[in-house]
Amino acid sequence: MATKDAPVNDPMIDPVTGEYRVIGPGHTFKSVTEKVSRIVLTPHTPLGWYGGFMLAGGVATLLLIAVTWLFLKGVGIWAITIPVAWGFAIINFVWWIGIGHAGTLISAILLLFKQSWRNSINRFAEAMTLFAVVCAGMFPLIHVGRPWLGYWLFPYPNTMNYWPQFRSPLLWDVFAVSTYATISVVFWYIGLIPDLGTMRDRSKSRLGQFAYGLFSLGWRGSVRHWVRYETASLLLAGLATPLVLSVHTVISFDFAVALVPGWHTTIFPPYFVAGAIYSGFAMVITLAVPIRKFYHLEDLITIRHIDNMGKVMLATGLIVAYGYSTEVFMSWYSASHWEYFMMWNRMFGPIGWSYWCLIACNIAIPQLLWLRKFRVNPGLMFLMSLVINTGMWFERFVIVVTSLYRDYLPSSWGTYRATRWDYATYVGTLGLFTVLFFLFIRLLPMIPMSELRIMLPQAKVREEAEPIPGAGD
Amino acid sequence: MPVREGTYGLLAEFDTPSQLVHAAKTAYSSGYRRMDCYTPYPCEEAAEAIGFHRDEVSLVCLIGGLLGICAMFGLETWISVWAYPLNIAGRPYYSWPAFIVPAYEWTILFAGLSAAFGMLALNGLPTLYHPLFNAPNFRSGATTDKFFLCLEADDPKFEVAGSRAFLEGFSPVSVVEVEY
Repeated sequence: MATKDAPVNDPMIDPVTGEYRVIGPGHTFKSVTEKVSRIVLTPHTPLGWYGGFMLAGGVATLLLIAVTWLFLKGVGIWAITIPVAWGFAIINFVWWIGIGHAGTLISAILLLFKQSWRNSINRFAEAMTLFAVVCAGMFPLIHVGRPWLGYWLFPYPNTMNYWPQFRSPLLWDVFAVSTYATISVVFWYIGLIPDLGTMRDRSKSRLGQFAYGLFSLGWRGSVRHWVRYETASLLLAGLATPLVLSVHTVISFDFAVALVPGWHTTIFPPYFVAGAIYSGFAMVITLAVPIRKFYHLEDLITIRHIDNMGKVMLATGLIVAYGYSTEVFMSWYSASHWEYFMMWNRMFGPIGWSYWCLIACNIAIPQLLWLRKFRVNPGLMFLMSLVINTGMWFERFVIVVTSLYRDYLPSSWGTYRATRWDYATYVGTLGLFTVLFFLFIRLLPMIPMSELRIMLPQAKVREEAEPIPGAGD
Repeated sequence: MPVREGTYGLLAEFDTPSQLVHAAKTAYSSGYRRMDCYTPYPCEEAAEAIGFHRDEVSLVCLIGGLLGICAMFGLETWISVWAYPLNIAGRPYYSWPAFIVPAYEWTILFAGLSAAFGMLALNGLPTLYHPLFNAPNFRSGATTDKFFLCLEADDPKFEVAGSRAFLEGFSPVSVVEVEY
């Protein structure tokens, strides 16, 4: 892409290609290592970190209270009832797990496509995945009513002589989400090992040396190890790619296999996956923009990243828009009275405002992403990411609630109005997510240093082996 | 607690990957075999230079994946046909299309875990001790910005004075003798 509207003397623009650089000019192996590791190894925790951590911790406490009350009183404290038996818990579950998907997309799919710009954002995008899966996984568990019996979902020999029923998508979900959580942790940890080695070697404190030393597993950077490591990373990326697509597909089966108008549709798997990536990229921007500002990482997480993520959001947003229009078209084309009524009720019924919120946040406003000027403005992109994540939450609200609350028989119609405990649980998970993220950026290198080094021009091996004076550092 | 005593090898430090690859290539062609390079990021050329071309991680991953699919598909079939047959809306007990989804997930689970832990096992990690960390300059450079070539004492061609002179020929930053 030409950058004719950007100032010509901008040092962040590569004069050869005319594109924004992925990494700022003048960096060396040592400078990128120092820049990233200093954030963690400094004994002085910034005051802003404490402030943010305490605020997030306060919000997370809300979750603790809400869940405690839930365990004492049962799911009756929520608004779920018949006909809307799947309320906030399922909405939030799908929303959170969708957010997680961008992390896997960035770390796995973009690795397979050799998109090296992803290198500086993949670590914290993966961390985002993990923490989002933590928040997501909690919801189905507390929604079952007796979470202490959650292990009944797994097939294990027991005295009741009971086994799970493998023809139900709800059980597929158990395997999809547990596999996703496990593989995400493993992928993330394997990616961290070389950097933990760096942290071990640079840490000045005994505790740091011990802890990073333990978790770096004795990594010493042997090229034999690196070759196997690269193979394993590539394999994990190759496995995580079909996995991430399957996870949201299976989640969409929870809906699509049911014979409920508004759920029973074959467009769900692709449209759920695209929506997941859409919201996930939005969350990456929500996190990346403040972090790069606060820690002065503008030359590692550059405008190029923000711009590229904007393009991905635009593309997935259009797929989602196609999904919505297919739903509307099919409800007409099916010639089914129930489908037709469901769509009319979704748009113009008592909760119709939620549908128009969704259209505004997910389709109308994101059309601004066509403008390059918009995509290269971090502040505006931050606001856009908030809008998109709100929209994606409304999407799940619309799917869950407006399909259920007025079914075939008018005598059984009901409505859904979330209680304060619904809101407390949801807001509480936002706090938990932020707490975990604050701990992550304080304790672990949030940008993969070893992958940054590969992107530097010094990393190229020249065929001519004459020593180049001063080229080292 | 080191279990052996004596010299582990000679460690030469370089500033650039190109110097390292040149030194490693020359050492390989002069007959050294027991040696290793240490770099702060994956450097394929250095692995090629010391004659390390293939790894078995893919095979381990394949075996893990096959094990995963067989385990889950077998479990589902056994449960649904023999252990706990349930009539769900008249569907056959052996509803293989429905069994594919969990079997697919376990294929990925087992393959992924095998790739990750297989890689660590083949690398001999985790390890609590390695003599290289005794070298005074290793920790400050190997995981940050320096490139190392280590000729190991086990090599039949290794001989402290001669090998040191050989390494000095590449004008490295330093050559250090590493003790066990």
